[in-house]
Order: sequence, then C-alpha cells, then structure tokens
Amino acid sequence: MLRRAFPALLMGTAVLVLWQWWVTAFDIPPFLVPSPRLVVATLVNDWSLLGGSLLVTLKVTFLSLVCAVLLGVAIAFAFVQSRWIESAFFPYAVLLQVTPIVAIAPLIIIWVQSPTLSLVICATIVAIFPVISNTTLGLRSVNPGLARLFRMNGATRWQTLIRLRVPSALPYFFGGLRVASGLALIGAVVAEFVAGTGGTGSGLAYQILQAGYQLNIPRMFAALVLIAATGVALFVLMGALSGWALGGWHESALPTAEDAA
Amino acid sequence: MSPAVRITAADKTYANGVRALLPVDLSVSAGEFVTLLGPSGCGKSTLLNMVAGLLLPSSGSVIVADGMRTAFVFQEATLMPWARVAANVRLPLDLQGIARAQADSRVEAALALVGLSKFAQARPRELSGGMRMRASIARALVTTPGLLLMDEPFGALDEITRNRLDDELLRLRAEHKLTVLFVTHSIHEAVYLSDRVIVMAARPGRIVDEIAITPDVSRDDAYRVSTGFASYARRLQDALLAASVEADEALA
Repeated sequence: MLRRAFPALLMGTAVLVLWQWWVTAFDIPPFLVPSPRLVVATLVNDWSLLGGSLLVTLKVTFLSLVCAVLLGVAIAFAFVQSRWIESAFFPYAVLLQVTPIVAIAPLIIIWVQSPTLSLVICATIVAIFPVISNTTLGLRSVNPGLARLFRMNGATRWQTLIRLRVPSALPYFFGGLRVASGLALIGAVVAEFVAGTGGTGSGLAYQILQAGYQLNIPRMFAALVLIAATGVALFVLMGALSGWALGGWHESALPTAEDAA
Repeated sequence: MSPAVRITAADKTYANGVRALLPVDLSVSAGEFVTLLGPSGCGKSTLLNMVAGLLLPSSGSVIVADGMRTAFVFQEATLMPWARVAANVRLPLDLQGIARAQADSRVEAALALVGLSKFAQARPRELSGGMRMRASIARALVTTPGLLLMDEPFGALDEITRNRLDDELLRLRAEHKLTVLFVTHSIHEAVYLSDRVIVMAARPGRIVDEIAITPDVSRDDAYRVSTGFASYARRLQDALLAASVEADEALA
C-alpha cells in the first residue's frame, strides 16, 4: 500500500517544494498565489471558521449521499420489477442527469425554505444517477446458469431477488457508489455556490466566495484544500467499504499479481 | 416396472422456425445410465432440458415417473461466487425451506460423498475446476434425487480429472441407485459410463442409433484399454460418421 502510494507522495512533495521556492524566489504577492506554508498557516489560524464550514459541507454531502443511495436503490428495484416502470421513468432520470445542477439549483433554493434541505436536494439530484443505473444493471446481470438453477429449484421471486439478484448486483452498486460519493460532494459545493451568491450559506463554497470578494486568496486556497481532501477521503472510504463487502469473492476486491510481487 | 423417463414423439421447433429436434421416442428404466451422444446442434441438450422441465416439447410428451426427484448438473459448475462451498451446496434445501440444522447435516453428507468435506468453508474461486464440479455434483446430490440429468458436466476439465470424476460418478450412481441421463460429445466417456448410448445427429437433431454397452469386465482403468472398450468406441464412431455423411449428402 505504502509502496504503491510512494510515487504519488514523491510527486506531490516535489510540486509543493517547487511551488514554495518559486513564490519566494520571484516574490509573488500572496493575493495572487500564496505559498504552501501560508496556506497551511491560514488553515490553522482560520480553523474556527473553516472547520465549521467543513462540517456544514460534510453534512450536506453525507445526507445527499444517503438519500441518493436509498432512493437510487429503491428506483433500481422498481425498474427491475417491471420493464414498463423502467421505460416510463428512465428517460426522466436521464433528463435529471443531463440538466446542469447550477441551472436547477436557484429554483430549488427558492422553493425549499430550509437551506440545508434545499442543498441536500440539489446534491442528491447530482449523485443519484450512477446509483440508479449501476444498481439496475447489476440486478439484471445475473449468471444465466444460476438463474436456471434457481428456477429449477422452485425459487420464489423474492428468494431469487434476495439470494441471487442482490448479491450479483453488489459489485455494480459499489462502482456506482464510488462515483456517487464524488458527485455528492460536487453537488453540495455547486449548490452552496448558488445559495452563497444569493447571500445565504455557511459551507466551504460560501467561504470561497467570501474570500474571493475580500481578495483573501490564502483562505480561498485553504478552503479548496479542504474540499479536495474531503473528495479524496470519500473515495478512499468508499473503496474500503467496497473491499470489505466484496472481499474474498469479487475480482475487483482481490489482490492483484502486482500486489503480491 | 414403469420407466423412470418416458419420451413419446417429442419434438422441438423454435419460434424462429429452427427444428432443433425431430420427434423422438426414448424410455429410460429406473437405475439405468443412458448417454445422449452427438455433435453440437444434435438436440441432445434440448432433449435433456425437456426432461428437466426447462423446455416444453412442441408436440409429444415427456413424462418423468411420479415421485422421481430430479437434479441437474450443468456444463459449468455455476456456483455462487459470493457464497462458501457449504452454502452453495445447501442452496436447493434453503430454497425448499428445509430447517437449517437438518440441511447442514445433509450438506455435510453430500460434501463427504464427493470428497470435499475439508473445503466446506472455501470460496468457489479457491477451488480447482474439478473441485468446483464436485461441489456442483454435491449440490445436485443433496436433494437425494432419483434421476440425475447431466449436461456435458466434465467437458471443460482436463482428461485426468475427467477420468477420475467419471469413476466417482459410477461409484455414486451404484451407491445411490441413481438413474442417470448424461449428455456428452466424447465417445470414450460414453462407452466408459453408459449402459446404453443414444447416438444423435444434427441438422435437424434426431436419434440415429442406439447401442447397449454391456462389458464383461468391471469398469476401471483396465476397461479403458480393453478390446471390448475399443470395439464399442468403434461402433459409436461409425454410427456418428454414418449420420454425418448422410447429413452432408442431404445438404448437397
């Protein structure tokens, strides 16, 4: 694990060192490009402000991810129960997916009184599609031999769903979850931007907006670092969750020959 | 005694007009080992699927004796990759709603029959191809079937593993007085295992010959290289060849 992360860590450190050197050597003003050390210092000094905003953004991200998973899985189950339901609703799921959230967000923020709820709705809309499409695909991707075996043994629809379709769908679901977790964060930040432009908000995107107005570029960078770190943490977390759930049987969760070497 | 399986003038024409099988008559006695031998497209799997109840004949009838429990072994092991071997073998019992404790003891017995007791807690991917097929056979035997339907079960295995599984199948069949309907395209496997071989031909699928295999020696490694074995294999090969020449002439 550490050995695989090593090139990336080395690369990152090199960029930071070069950046620090460049800013100092050429006397770049911090309101244009702050040095990495200044960004870290800002992160520490403004932690009471930024930490609070991070919590707000995290809350919206997690709530919308949970909503996207619950709703997305429910919709996928409905789709596989009936082709009619799927043909009736799938085009609208696509419609939701292809309409940019920045275009819908102002409407939702006007309609929904609670700021948190409106943000969660926006982020859910962004995150739900991969959950729906992957889970639907997974629930349909059943080994035909196993399906025949279930049928021969007189399995009920329910038994087939729980014992065959759901386990078969898990690898697809976790693939969708990984994408959805990143999208939930993006959705949360975008929605905060829209809300923040209207003067309300307290998440990281709002801090970026405010810092921009005040030309407080180090704080802007600090907020950016937090958003990026959150995205990476989510990705790693979902990978671990998927590895735990599929460990021992699915190819995606098995050690590769490279790991063993 | 009434036969275990009686097929009367059963044929199969698919919705697209393809005639998979011309009308077929076949009856299998209880305890008999009957092999359907033929090239791809001869309708042998179609016939087997009809006996399993997975396909309905277009006309004619396929009757399995009352109270005869049927189990099917596929060409692939078709195990659930997420479930351990024991859970895979227990599946038919779980689906029938048999109590866990009783099911577990039957699973244990079935795994012992195929020599997989030590691997009950392994995942399918940790097993070799032959072991997976054994698990698949254990899953069929756990329901204590009277009639075992096997669709080229050992076709994907190497010859040594295949020969060993052939021996195990003969032993299981003798111990449990199984009636077996076996599909293969291997002449040697057919001669080694069967009491009777039904020779089939393709385009359209039909039965062309029927040869009883009654060796005067016991079926073991020596039998595989005996002159009796060779002459049966020769007869089957001639029957298959004659059928394919006929088919080619019909095409020309």
